[in-house]
Amino acid sequence: MSGGTIRTLIKKSAYQDSVTLLALARQLRSSHGSLEAAALMGTPANKELLAQSRLLTPEAETAGTNDLIIVIRADSIAAAEAAVLQAEVFFTSKQKRLQTAGRLLPRSLDSALRHFPDANLVVISVPGPFAASQARKALSLGLHVMLFSSNVATQDEVSLKRLAAKKGLLLMGPDCGTAILNGVPLGFANAVPRGRVGFVAASGTGLQQVTCLLAARGEGVSQAIGVGGRDMTENVGGLMTLQALDALGDDPATECIIVIGKPPAPVVREQVGARLRAIGKPGVMALLGRGVKVRREAEVATVATLEDAAEAAIAALQGVAWKPRPFSPPLEGIRQRVRALRRTLAPQQRAIRGLYAGGTLAHEAILILEPLLGPVATNLMPGSVGQHSVLDLGADEFTVGRAHPMLDSTLRVEAIRQAGREPDVAVLFLDVVLGHAAAPDPAGDITPAIQAARAEARARGRDLTVVASVIGAPGDPQGLQAQVARLEAAGAWVLPSNAQAVRAAACIAGGEPVLRSLLGPEEA
Amino acid sequence: MAAVNDFFRQEIRVINLGLEAFALELERLGVPVIQVAWSPPAGGDPRKAALLAALADEAEEEE
Repeated sequence: MSGGTIRTLIKKSAYQDSVTLLALARQLRSSHGSLEAAALMGTPANKELLAQSRLLTPEAETAGTNDLIIVIRADSIAAAEAAVLQAEVFFTSKQKRLQTAGRLLPRSLDSALRHFPDANLVVISVPGPFAASQARKALSLGLHVMLFSSNVATQDEVSLKRLAAKKGLLLMGPDCGTAILNGVPLGFANAVPRGRVGFVAASGTGLQQVTCLLAARGEGVSQAIGVGGRDMTENVGGLMTLQALDALGDDPATECIIVIGKPPAPVVREQVGARLRAIGKPGVMALLGRGVKVRREAEVATVATLEDAAEAAIAALQGVAWKPRPFSPPLEGIRQRVRALRRTLAPQQRAIRGLYAGGTLAHEAILILEPLLGPVATNLMPGSVGQHSVLDLGADEFTVGRAHPMLDSTLRVEAIRQAGREPDVAVLFLDVVLGHAAAPDPAGDITPAIQAARAEARARGRDLTVVASVIGAPGDPQGLQAQVARLEAAGAWVLPSNAQAVRAAACIAGGEPVLRSLLGPEEA
Repeated sequence: MAAVNDFFRQEIRVINLGLEAFALELERLGVPVIQVAWSPPAGGDPRKAALLAALADEAEEEE
C-alpha cells in the first residue's frame, strides 16, 4: 500500500446516489493533507475499484452492498481525522437542506405526495431498471414526469407515453437530461432567460447548445420539453413529440417552435413536419443527420446544425431572411488564426481528435467533419474507421459504474493526455458543458490535462492545438466567462459554438482547401 | 392538451426521486421540492423489486 495514513468510515444501510458520492469524494480530495479519497457503495464492482487503487481496507472489505464506504488516505493522522469529520459534516448539512421543515424524508412517491399534495412534477433519476415502475406510479397519481434515467426498455417507454397521453400529462424521457418548464431549469439546463421560443427536444446537450446560443442573442425560452432520444423512432412513433407540439401550439407565450433531435423515422418526420406546419407559428426542425438539406416549407425551416437552429429562429422572429454561415465574423480573423496554428504543426500531424461529453454535440461534429475531411472513426457508429476520430464519452459503454462525463472528467482527462502522445494528432477539440447540475468547474477539471498534453507534444518537437466550445449561459453556476478564460489560459482556441469549433479544427488539419470550401476564395 | 397547458400556468412543484443534486439545486433556486429517500429495493434486484412493488403499495395504504 502507498504511503500515508488510511482511515475508513463505513455507514451501514446508507444508500447514496453516485452523483452525491462524487461530490463528496471531490470535497474530501481537496481537503488539506488529503492524498486520496473514495466514497462508494459497497458493491462487489466498487470493491474491485477500491482494490485497484489500493484503498480496499479490511473494514471496506466487510461492507455490504447497501453500506457506504468512505476511505481516505492522508499525509498525517490529523489530516485523515479531519477528512472523516468533513464527510460527517457533508451528510448532516445535506440532510438539513433536504428535510423540509425538519421532517424526515418520505420513502415513497405516495408518502411524498401526502406531505406535498400540490406537487405537480416528479423528476425520476433512479437506476434504469427501477425507473419505469416509479414513472407509472407518478402518472397514475396525476403527476407530470421527467424521466432522467436511462436504460428503460422501449416497451415501457411506449406504455408510459400512452398512459401520459391518455391523462394529458407529460412524460419527458427516458434519458431526458434537460428541460425547462415555466422558467424552472431541470436536469442539466442552463440559466437562460424566459422568452418566446418553445422547444421539443430529443437531445439534452442539443437543447443546451441552442438555448445558450439564443440567450447570447437576447432570446429566451417559453417551455423546453424533453422527450427522450428514442421518441421519434418508429417504435415510439413520436408520441411525446406530437403531444408537446400541440401544447406549444396552444401556448400563447410560445411564438416560435424548435424541434431538436436525430433523424426521425420517415413516417414520424412526416407527422412532425405536418403538425408543425399546421400550428402556423414559425418553426425550425433541427433533426441532425447525413444529407439534411437546408430548406423552408411554409413557416418551417429545416436546418443542419444546432447553431443554425438558433439563428434561423431569431431570423424568423425578426422577420428577416436567414442563411447558414460557417463562422461568426470577422472571417479574416479566422483565416489568420488557422494559418498561424498550422505553422506550429509538424508534417506528420494530420489527424484530429474530438473528445466529447455531449452526445448530440459529438454527433453534430461527425456530420460537419465528414464532408470536409472524409471518414471519421467514432464509437457512435460501430465499425467506422478513419484517420480522424470523435469519441462520445457519455455513451453507455463509458458510463457503466461511472458518472456521466458532464460530472466526472476522469476518462476525458486520460484521453486528452493520450492525445499528446500520438504523433499524428494535430488538433484536439472538445466541448465544455455548463449548467445547473453539471460539474462545478468542468474547464478546470480538464485544463491541467490540456497543459500536460501540450507539454508532452512540445517535448517531442511538435505542438498540439486545442479547440473548444463552452455550452453555457452567463448566469450558470460555473460562470461562462470564467470557464472560457480557464480554457484560453491553457492555450485553447474557444469558439462560440460546437459547429464553429469543429469547423476550426477541420481547417487547422485540412489547411487551405478546407478554408476555401468554408470561407470561399480570399479577397485580393 | 388542456392539462399540459394548465401546467404551463402553474408554479412548478417537484417531487425528486433519485439524484439528490437535482433537489439541492432546485432548493437553491427557491423552487418548492421534496426529496424521496429512495434506495434500491429488494437488495438491488430489479426483478424481485417488480414483484414486491404491488405488496409495497398495500403496505403504503396501511401506513
